[in-house]
Amino acid sequence: MKSSVITFPGSNCDRDMDVALKKFGFTNKMVWHDDNELPNSDLVVLPGGFSYGDYLRCGSMASKSKIMRSVINFAKSGGLVMGICNGFQILVETGLVPGVLLRNKYLEFICKNVFVKLDNKENAYFKNLNKDILEFHIAHNEGNYFCTKDQLKEIKDNNQIAIYYCNKEGKIEDQYNPNGSIKNIAGIFNKEKNVLGMMPHPERMIDQSLSGEDGSIFFKNLINNIK
Amino acid sequence: MEVNEQTAIDHGLKSDEYKKICQLLKRTPNITELGIFSAMWNEHCSYKSSRLHLKKLPTKGKKVIQGPGENAGVIDIEDGDAIVFKIESHNHPSFIEPYQGAATGVGGIMRDVFTMGARPIANLNSIHFGSPQHKKTKNLLRGVVHGIGGYGNCMGVPTIAGQTSFDSSYNGNILVNAMTLGLVKKNKIFYSKAAGLNKPVIYVGSKTGRDGIHGASMASASFDEKIEEKKPTVQVGDPFTEKLLLEACLELMAGDSIIAIQDMGAAGLTSSSIEMASKGNLGIEINLNKVPCRETKMTPYEIMLSESQERMLIVLENGKEEVAKKIFDKWNLDFAVIGKTTNSKNIELFFNQEPVAKIPVNILVENSPMYDRKWKKSKLPKKNKIKNEVLNKLKIKDVLKKVLSNQNICSKEWIWQQYDHTVMGDTIQKPGGDSGVVRVHGTNKAVAASVDSSAVYCWAHPLTGGKQVVAESWRNLISVGAKPIAITNCLNFGSPEKEENMGEFVECVQGIGEASKYLNFPVVSGNVSFYNQTKEVGIKPTPSIGGVGLIKDYTKMISMDLKEIDNLVLIIGKTEGHIDQSLFARTILDEKNGPPPEVNLFNEKNNGETILNLIDKGYVKSAHDISLGGLLVAISKMCIKGNKGIKISKSKNLINEIEYFFAEDQGRYLIEVNKDDLKEVTKILNKNSVHHEELGIITQNDMIINEKTKVTIDELKSYYTNWLSKFMS
Repeated sequence: MKSSVITFPGSNCDRDMDVALKKFGFTNKMVWHDDNELPNSDLVVLPGGFSYGDYLRCGSMASKSKIMRSVINFAKSGGLVMGICNGFQILVETGLVPGVLLRNKYLEFICKNVFVKLDNKENAYFKNLNKDILEFHIAHNEGNYFCTKDQLKEIKDNNQIAIYYCNKEGKIEDQYNPNGSIKNIAGIFNKEKNVLGMMPHPERMIDQSLSGEDGSIFFKNLINNIK
Repeated sequence: MEVNEQTAIDHGLKSDEYKKICQLLKRTPNITELGIFSAMWNEHCSYKSSRLHLKKLPTKGKKVIQGPGENAGVIDIEDGDAIVFKIESHNHPSFIEPYQGAATGVGGIMRDVFTMGARPIANLNSIHFGSPQHKKTKNLLRGVVHGIGGYGNCMGVPTIAGQTSFDSSYNGNILVNAMTLGLVKKNKIFYSKAAGLNKPVIYVGSKTGRDGIHGASMASASFDEKIEEKKPTVQVGDPFTEKLLLEACLELMAGDSIIAIQDMGAAGLTSSSIEMASKGNLGIEINLNKVPCRETKMTPYEIMLSESQERMLIVLENGKEEVAKKIFDKWNLDFAVIGKTTNSKNIELFFNQEPVAKIPVNILVENSPMYDRKWKKSKLPKKNKIKNEVLNKLKIKDVLKKVLSNQNICSKEWIWQQYDHTVMGDTIQKPGGDSGVVRVHGTNKAVAASVDSSAVYCWAHPLTGGKQVVAESWRNLISVGAKPIAITNCLNFGSPEKEENMGEFVECVQGIGEASKYLNFPVVSGNVSFYNQTKEVGIKPTPSIGGVGLIKDYTKMISMDLKEIDNLVLIIGKTEGHIDQSLFARTILDEKNGPPPEVNLFNEKNNGETILNLIDKGYVKSAHDISLGGLLVAISKMCIKGNKGIKISKSKNLINEIEYFFAEDQGRYLIEVNKDDLKEVTKILNKNSVHHEELGIITQNDMIINEKTKVTIDELKSYYTNWLSKFMS
């Protein structure tokens, strides 16, 4: 299986994503933001970091970079595109997924483990996962997902909500919401479910010496689904 | 502008120093030259009050590749790998402008590390604030934490450990010390020594602006009521540019284009160019019109003294300009050939085709002032006699609650949760433990690092305090199973022109030297920050020690959380009941006098090495050193982190219960061992003459002390975790 990770100026989780993808069997290529063409890929990942320093608005300048034209075309033709953290912010800026990401409710960067509940397994990312609740890791300053009432209705109707922040038992309540996001949303799909944007970093949970192993479960399942 | 003695004094130089400049130059300097002298001869850059004493520190060792004198120290961690590390202060700017001051402190220290070819893999910090009741404390703390996080998070370097304290002596002068570790191949280390004639000198990174002019001079003076006016001397950081600069420099360093490289830190283009020339025993010629500027009409004086961030100076091999330019273009950074190396041994500056400065390099460096300042020796204070009646009136649980929730003990999670501590995917021990630990990417090795200071001990008796900080750093590394290798120090003191403060400095350095020599734990880098003083009031002497150690097999790393019910907890090292200068004495008894606990270096070394041996044999399940707050605080933290209880039976020695639980005797650890291993563990401890006793047995929940005091885990957690977040909300 072939994957591509895009490096923007200021990306800083690109290497971590490369390590994770390779560990679980992907043949990964690093792609420079200024390139025109995407290599032949089964999965394209927009990694975390601070693309263009997050100046102007998080993800905004990266969404206009050269390679993104190819990424958008790839997504529109049904290719799998996953945006993690800053990658999610870039996806929002391209309009591939609806909504916006605001500054965290308490105006502070948060780095910690969180639990997320899967809402929809009818997609390439979560199909066949035998767990509904995963322990992931977040590290962000702007992860407060927001959208209009109409958009919210639409993404609910279309089953576009991918994951919610919750507790260990899967309860989705305000107190388990780390950043104030609407309805505890931690990640969403596009309508067709081939594009996934989420704040948590599965690539930081890929061996028992790190924060946990639920990232391993996610990636193993993902490559099996793509095969 | 005419230069005279008054101009020199306005630049922070003393009359004698100005006379010396005129003598050495055999003429009056022009304003640009005077600016250069003031930048090179201030305390921050010249170490004029400290050099004489720093020379006495042990800086060599089998594992030391590079000691003090370069951008950072370098140690060998085997297999061709090396760790580059250093700690540095950014105290003065952080008080004036907390966010930018702290942020650029972090940026500056990372630059010191990657200048040497190393990719930064971990950040640490030691930050000290005034009393929580002081009106500025909250905002300063928030600003500093946001600044450290803002820079480090954007760079994608995990912040893995740190230290925070509150003390009214920092009310007018907070401390922000930032430390970075980088990883490099031993054969790819870069130095700042220029070599060869007519080699191109290139400038890369951000453009030069008017920010930070005289920053280093500002950091070489005490504060007064006009300190707010000094805001323009604080630099403004751009972590995004620094991230690009890091990647571009490492890309260029992969080839063979660079002869020497030096970051532009304190005193900017001035100190970087002069240091490179001085180390190479060469001259350097710079055309200031070629320096990329972001503001118009900048004068040679401003260009030379700007402390704009994210800039580097590089001496390239001839003919490599194009290769280098291509890389910096790719990363959208400025690149300019601004001069060349010469055999004149002068620094020569040109602007609009006119010479604007010409100074022999050796005058600026070797002839810079060095002072043997007067200093006052301190006496060991007399021990307090604390009456048993006083102690017997106290209830253990009440004391524990007060001590655990004290601002200097309680959990600092509110701070470190704002730092990305997991990026790079190799953090295997997060903040909140004895040391932070990161794996050496792709290997079985890991590097542990800790940063410590004990200002109260140093204030009570500088010599003992100096020793104690080094010993504590050593213990924090041992506690995670790392073999301590070397330290970096950041020496924060008041004015060296006051005999008491200078005495504190001299004796702390002596203590640090004694301990690091005995423990074979040499000092490989560091920095001195004097004048942490507002008018006549200085800070408590605060040397911060950053220690680094190696774990050869990271699966053997130890953490402090209790692991298994029915395991035993042993106390290693003897509890004598030293209460003076303990957190207990200060907060519960309100007793601020008396000597700090004695540091017995033999015991430190012996206890530490024996524990490492036990860890290596697999007998230690968890470990924690006993430091601030004493025994009961240490075991409480182990219970909280492991979510387990303990049944404690105090051994029948003569010490009062309160003294036993809250004394801060040194050289002590707690270790968890399996009952089945006890016999073998005891044998090893006895064989090495290590004092040990049993503290208790691990239970499912509740801390039960001598069958009469019960504290639930939830109570412990609430004492320990709430103070800081409440204070900040």
